[in-house]
Order: sequence, then C-alpha cells, then structure tokens
Amino acid sequence: MTIFDLLELDFVQTALIAAAVLGLVAGVLGPFIVTRKMAFAVHGTSELAFTGGAAALLLGIGVGYGALAGSIFAAVLLGVLSRRESDRDSVIGAILAFGLGMGILMLALYKGRAANKFGLLTGQIVGVDSTDLTLLVVSSVAVLAVLAFIYRPLFFASVDPDVAVSRGVPVRGLSIVFAVLVGVATALSVQVVGALLVLALMITPAAAAMRVTASPLRATVLSVVFAEVAAVGGILLSLQPGLPVSALVTAVSFVIYLVCRGVGAVRRAA
Amino acid sequence: MTAISLRGARLSYGDRVLWDGLDLDVEPGEFLAVLGPNGSGKTSLMRVLLGLQPLSSGTVTVAGGNQAVGYIPQQRALDQSMTLRGRDLVGLGLDGARWGLGLRHRRERRIRVDAAIESVGATRYADEPIGLLSGGEQQRLRVAQALVGDPTVMLCDEPLLSLDLANQRVVSELIDKRRREAGTAVLFVTHELNPVLPLVDRVLYLVGGRFRVGTPDEVMNSRTLSELYRTPVEVVRVRDQILVVGAGACEEQTHHLASEAAS
Ligand SMILES: Nc1ncnc2c1ncn2[C@@H]1O[C@H](COP(=O)(O)OP(=O)(O)OP(=O)(O)O)[C@@H](O)[C@H]1O
Ligand SMILES: [Mg+2]
Repeated sequence: MTIFDLLELDFVQTALIAAAVLGLVAGVLGPFIVTRKMAFAVHGTSELAFTGGAAALLLGIGVGYGALAGSIFAAVLLGVLSRRESDRDSVIGAILAFGLGMGILMLALYKGRAANKFGLLTGQIVGVDSTDLTLLVVSSVAVLAVLAFIYRPLFFASVDPDVAVSRGVPVRGLSIVFAVLVGVATALSVQVVGALLVLALMITPAAAAMRVTASPLRATVLSVVFAEVAAVGGILLSLQPGLPVSALVTAVSFVIYLVCRGVGAVRRAA
Repeated sequence: MTAISLRGARLSYGDRVLWDGLDLDVEPGEFLAVLGPNGSGKTSLMRVLLGLQPLSSGTVTVAGGNQAVGYIPQQRALDQSMTLRGRDLVGLGLDGARWGLGLRHRRERRIRVDAAIESVGATRYADEPIGLLSGGEQQRLRVAQALVGDPTVMLCDEPLLSLDLANQRVVSELIDKRRREAGTAVLFVTHELNPVLPLVDRVLYLVGGRFRVGTPDEVMNSRTLSELYRTPVEVVRVRDQILVVGAGACEEQTHHLASEAAS
C-alpha cells in the first residue's frame, strides 16, 4: 500500500484528527507548564493516568475514562499537597512510584489482550475509535475554553506571583485549576503517545519554542506549530514503514528541540 | 482624603509582636521612608496594606483598595530563561488581573504600556528577554509596571537593593516624580536613607517591636535611635548625609551586608 492508500483508511484519518487536536491543546498548555516548572508534575500525572487506565481495563470500562479519572485525581492531589514549591518534586516522586506500581499490579491481574496493556504505556493512536474521538474533542474544547478565561491572571501568576498576589489574583486557586487542565490534557495524550512519552507533546515543543523567542505570544504560536508537526508528522512518518507512532512523534519533537536550541545559542552568541 | 490610614494597628506572629499601637496617616503626595533592621516587619507592613496579611488588631484603610496600589516587591532576580520581555511585565501591571484573553482595546493598551516604558527610559531594551537585563534595567521596568496602573499609592519594598549609586538615583527620582505630578503617596522601604534623604517627608523607623514616626530630623537623632535600639547609638550629620554609629545599628549593618552577600 502506498501512503495515499493508507490515508484513505478511516482509522488513519481518525488518528490524524486526534493528533491534530492534541497538538493544539498540548502546544497551548506547554509554555505555561515550562514557565511553571511542571515538567515532572506532568510526568507524574501521566503515570497516574496509566494507573487509571489500567484500573479501567481491569474493571472493563473505557480506558479513556480511567485515564481521565487517574490524572485528574493526580492533578488535584498535587495541587493540594504541594503548597510549598520546594517539596513538590519529592511529593510527585512518591505518588508517581506508588501509582506506577499499582498500575503494573492491575495489568498483571488483567487477562485480556496484551496489546491493550502495552498501548497504555507507549500509545495506540490507531486504536482510537469515533467515541474516543468525541470524548477527545469535547474535552479539548473544554480545556481551551477554561484556559482562555483564566489566561491573563494565570500568566501573571506564572511569571510574577508576588505582584500578581498584590493585585488580588487568586494564585493558589489558579494553580489547582491549571493542574486539572493539565490532567485532562495528559489523559488525552496518554492515549496517543502513551504514558511514558507524554512529555514529547506537552513539554518538548514549548521548551523548543521558548529557546527562540522571548515573546509569550510568539512562543505559544510556535509551540502549537511544533506540537502539530510532531504529532501529525509523527503519525504520517510511521504509516509507510509501520513503525510505532510514539517513537516517531518523540523523534520529530526532539529534532525540533535540538534545532531550536542551536538557533537560540547562535542568536545569543551573535 | 488620606491615602493610607492605620489605627491602633498591631501585627504579631504567635507571641512575637512586630509592631503594636501603630497610628499612621499618609497623605497623597507624601514620601514616607520605612526603615528598620532585618525582620522588623517592613515587608509585613506592605503585606498588611495590600490586604494579604490581616492585622492582629486595629484597622487599615488604603484609598482605592489594592487595585489602586503600585507594588514593587522586595527584589528577587528574574529567572534568566524566562520567556518574558519588559513590555510583557509592564503590561501585566495594567490588566494582568483581569479575566479573559484581553483581545480588545489592544491599541490603547499598547499606547499606555509604551508610555510607561518611555517614562522610565526603558524603551531601548523593552523587547529584550527580561532575564538577561541588568538589575538596574529590571528595576526600572518594575517601576514602570507599578506606574502603568495609575496608582494612588506606591509600595516600594527595597527598590534600591543591589543598585549602584547612579541607578539608585534614577529609580528614586522616577518614584519622586510620580508623587509630585500625580499626588501618589509613596511608602519606600530602604536600608539606606541617604540616597533618598532629600525626597523624604517622614520616616517610619521599626526596631524590635518599637517604632517611631516623624520627620528625618525628629527620628534620625542620637536620642531617638538610642531609645529605639535600647543601646547607645550615635547619629552624625556629615554635609547632607546621616551616619548612624552604634552597637545595635552596626550589628544590623554588617548583618545586612552579610545577608546580601549570601543571596
Ligand atoms: N507568615 C508569617 N508567619 C510567621 N512569621 C512570619 C510570617 N511572615 C513574616 N514572619 C516573620 O516576621 C518577621 C518580619 O518579617 P518581614 O519580612 O516583615 O521583615 P522585614 O522587615 O521586611 O525584613 P528584611 O529587611 O529582611 O526584608 C520575620 O522574623 C519573619 O520571620
Ligand atoms: Mg523585607
């Protein structure tokens, strides 16, 4: 089959739409995640999405709902537990390890298809069906709508918390709301790139964009573009040789990151 | 109308009293310097005025509430890799607390932000990454951020920290200009009175739970400071500078220098 034949297939088209939607959400959230130094929190959240997904598999309910429940639980827990930023990393570390362990236990107890198990960790975008796609699109629209509403105060609180607090910005409440948004986005990404590789969509494009511009608006636009290129491009590249999607998504994402680091370094030196 | 008014204000953390029985009225256009050793409750006073810290007893009123306050926080250098330009920082001072994306009135917003940047002479580097700017440049942008919201009160927490003499003068004169032109009341926390002495109307001096309010002459003399520090302190005037010599004060000075070096 040529790539054009492959593109005719329903499940490939569904996968591409899912990737495009995810790229948008991840790309928009990314700069906030990087500014707020939440890369590790995202990783922790994605591991708990895995735990939730594994539990759902065991109980025989939709994996997507399980992942969503797991990561929202993680987001709220992280938001409430780590009042002081200094102990955030250790709190996440402890929760993450436990969640991963529970997930593995539940997978061990699961008697169904092995491909379902592996998919949670490394992604199974070609397994996305139309009901999953509906959940994905609806959740993404909700995330973007909430983000648009809290955009300015969240940005204020992220870059300049002392002055933001003085202006009455609810810094603490916003960080919990944002953690939930990240949780939802993570749960969605887990289904595409898998729990282990969520960072490739949520962090790497934003980190790359922030290397080449100091303008927050431009950083967001670039971050979306990079995330789209990585997600959609990764799928397209994986079709013909039949390689794992997640491997190519992360590879594309990383190449973009390296190029941006190079460009940034050259600019600073100049 | 007074800009700031404190009545019988008391602030304590547990059984540690920072200040008690503080009555203070600051008039529009007045420049009040707040002095005192580390831990005497200067930043806490700012937090009370911003409504972030409730008083243990007494009352506080700030004309216009915290939306009318321009606040310059006690300095912490901004993250080097921060994706932020000076103009973004200043813009946040204008409408950063409002909900939504802020897509409307962008032209008008830009004009006001540009004007604030211009007024502190930061136009040249307003589009550079802010983390790469010098401390003095960052501090000018902080002043612009506080000014852009058209404040009736400015709370400046050690705005001169780690600035050289030239920049100390620039920053304090920018703040002075604002209160002369717009009648903004200024609370100015500082460890060094001399750079702002010509601008200061009154001084609030806090030491170990005691305090004194008055003109620089009323407060910065050997008798008053000896009472405050409860140890002999000598205040000498050399030309238009005030030098404080004494056990408590000296200890405080070296302590301050040491903590600055450590940070
Ligand atoms: N939320 C709090 N709970 C308990 N104690 C506090 C709190 N905030 C401040 N303190 C204590 O109150 C004292 C005064 O702190 P504050 O920051 O107001 O001092 P400062 O005069 O600004 O000192 P510096 O010159 O070092 O900035 C300090 O000893 C501090 O430890
Ligand atoms: Mg202080």
